[in-house]
Amino acid sequence: MFFLAGAGALGGAIGVVTLRNPFYSVLSLVAHLIFLAVLFLLLQAEFLAAAQVVVYAGAVMVLYVFVVAYVGGSDEPLRPEGGALRVLGPLFAFVLVVELCIALLGSSLGLIDSPGADVPAGFGTPAEIGSLLLRRFLVPFEAASYLLLVAAVGAVVLARRRRGLEEQEVGA
Amino acid sequence: MDVSWFLVLSAFIFCVGAAGVLSRRNPLVVLLCLELMLNGSNLALVAFSRMHGDGGGQIFALIVMVIAACEVTVGLGIIVAIFRRRLPVDVDELSTLRG
Repeated sequence: MFFLAGAGALGGAIGVVTLRNPFYSVLSLVAHLIFLAVLFLLLQAEFLAAAQVVVYAGAVMVLYVFVVAYVGGSDEPLRPEGGALRVLGPLFAFVLVVELCIALLGSSLGLIDSPGADVPAGFGTPAEIGSLLLRRFLVPFEAASYLLLVAAVGAVVLARRRRGLEEQEVGA
Repeated sequence: MDVSWFLVLSAFIFCVGAAGVLSRRNPLVVLLCLELMLNGSNLALVAFSRMHGDGGGQIFALIVMVIAACEVTVGLGIIVAIFRRRLPVDVDELSTLRG
């Protein structure tokens, strides 16, 4: 089960990067998110898996699809002319993955080669997450709500100021 | 299944996202690749949470998802604003931040 979901998640990730059309990239990311939710379920994070499917693959990706349809998903050449970053980027990523694997597998964390500590019943359920959010992590929870409010107001301000600028340009 | 498998997979997803951020030109795809990097770190957080049997890592992952949603909102707003003003939707051409 892990290898199936892991291969799906990794394939979706590679699809996002390599597909030329942004619309297919978004669809590939949706598949990646769903496979990632399966991995969360394997790690006994039930609430997170549900939130991943509903919030991410449901709501956020709809936003992406709308914007891709609005902006127009034009195909772009995968490796355009010039640009040292086009070659150095994947090389840097490869070096980073080797380094991270060395760091992870060479670490002396005692539990890393075990399926994990014994967890109490109800670990990762909505009841447990809710009680943690309202007791131990109340301040981050409130900060996150303020952050969402600021982002929503910021999006509205972005939309409104743009319209004013366009009118000024037309007037000038 | 050992926790180390999940951690190695999260490292791979993170690095695929990093390669995308560095080598793609369309800002929409760059945002998608940023999502990939955040998801890779999320998987590592949940794996560590399972490793210690502590729910704190899952709360951390939940907050990261909130931050990703905020980033998407503002980023897509900027992209739509760029498109409305008929600027090229290309991160290389948009190298100067002039109003």
